[in-house]
Amino acid sequence: MLDLHGYGPRLLEGAGVTLQLAVLSLALAILLGLATASARMSRGWLLQRLATLYTTVIRGVPDLVLMMLLFFGGQMALNVITDALYDRFGVDWYVNLNAFAAGVITIGFIFGAYMGETFRGAFMAVDAGQIEAGKAYGMSPWLVFRRIRFPQMMRHALPGISNNWMVLLKTTALVSVIGLSDMVRVAAEASRATHEPFTFLLPVAAAYLLIASVSEWLFAWLQKRYNIGFGGH
Amino acid sequence: MDVLTTWFHDLMAGNAIFTAQTIGYYWDGLVTTTQLVFLSLVIGLVLAVPLAIGRSSDRRWISLPIYVYTYVFRGTPLLIQLYIIYYGVVFFDGIQETFLWPMLREAFYPALIAFTLNTAAYTTEIFRGAIKATARGEIEAARAYGMSDSLMMRRIILPSAFRRALPAYGNEVIFMLHASAIASVVTLMDLTGAARFIYARYYAPFEAFLFVAAIYLCLTFAILYFFRWLEKRLLAHLRPQS
Repeated sequence: MLDLHGYGPRLLEGAGVTLQLAVLSLALAILLGLATASARMSRGWLLQRLATLYTTVIRGVPDLVLMMLLFFGGQMALNVITDALYDRFGVDWYVNLNAFAAGVITIGFIFGAYMGETFRGAFMAVDAGQIEAGKAYGMSPWLVFRRIRFPQMMRHALPGISNNWMVLLKTTALVSVIGLSDMVRVAAEASRATHEPFTFLLPVAAAYLLIASVSEWLFAWLQKRYNIGFGGH
Repeated sequence: MDVLTTWFHDLMAGNAIFTAQTIGYYWDGLVTTTQLVFLSLVIGLVLAVPLAIGRSSDRRWISLPIYVYTYVFRGTPLLIQLYIIYYGVVFFDGIQETFLWPMLREAFYPALIAFTLNTAAYTTEIFRGAIKATARGEIEAARAYGMSDSLMMRRIILPSAFRRALPAYGNEVIFMLHASAIASVVTLMDLTGAARFIYARYYAPFEAFLFVAAIYLCLTFAILYFFRWLEKRLLAHLRPQS
């Protein structure tokens, strides 16, 4: 049954690509989100403006357009740079932007903007007294961040992160358009080749539902952990 | 001023991409995108109101199927839904003999169906949340006036639920505008489709995609300000009195 006209193994591989892509982009998005939130809350005027510009522009343009801009335009920009390196310094260095890297960078970049907003709200929700108490104990800013701000911020940020993750997971389907063999692309190819779209597309849809359900359960568990000491919710 | 016109003239003379013809492609793309998004939003909204009422019903045989529908459509990528409808529509027995076939054969209608079903699912959940958040006192007051269930729904619950749903619905409209970009995947020449065509023809990714990104950004802001204005008008009674 899992053979699916011989497409079964490739579909499974595609599911692996989807999962890797989603998890790596999430990691990048969280890092970018933390950086953006810090920049927006910083005292630097330029940093604040840059972070605001980033979150506004990214959230105003479709994911697919950004993805194409980065994938097609990114390769061109890289070529210009490597050509210049070759002409000026004779460095023979060629970088081929593959679809997977482009996918991770674009999706991470897009969701970094959303995460930034989530984290900003969560950081502001941490009681200022807690941070003052940390300083009073002589903790360094990094230690205050690690032991006090981050764990308490996560409590407020988790529902937002969970939401962003669900949207991110579905956004990974778009990489099939720029040529990455995730499970959507394999299923679409198989549908065209065999003229049996339901055989391939319905299991893929079910796989997305399964990943979503499992992650929902995981986030509920995390939420419980970060809420220890806050009485239930 | 003269300097400016010469500068602009030089700029336009040096560019082979933004000619009247390619601007025409973008314009056609804008028309297609607008039609697709507007129609799917309107039909989706009309579908979502009864679905949201059913979803808030206490009778499980009504609410459960609607829940399954919204769960599936919100839990899977729109691209998959589009593929299933685009590739799958042929397989409905006898559909090729009906009068619908010339329409369904083109990419526009399968895309419209997929987008409509998708936005209807999200809108249903938005409205359900708003209906559930109706203040108990309002319902009790309606009951005390002897209103029937349907009258109460029409006069009390829905009007206040629509207002509460407005901010979330504004986000859904923007989401739909952005999601419509995937229509270009099934050969439709929407805004993104036009950008892809121009990219392929001139091999100019930055010009093609940055220009279309700017158009989307303008559309997004237009929607954003429209909903802000609407909220200000419709939620005026909630503003603190000065």
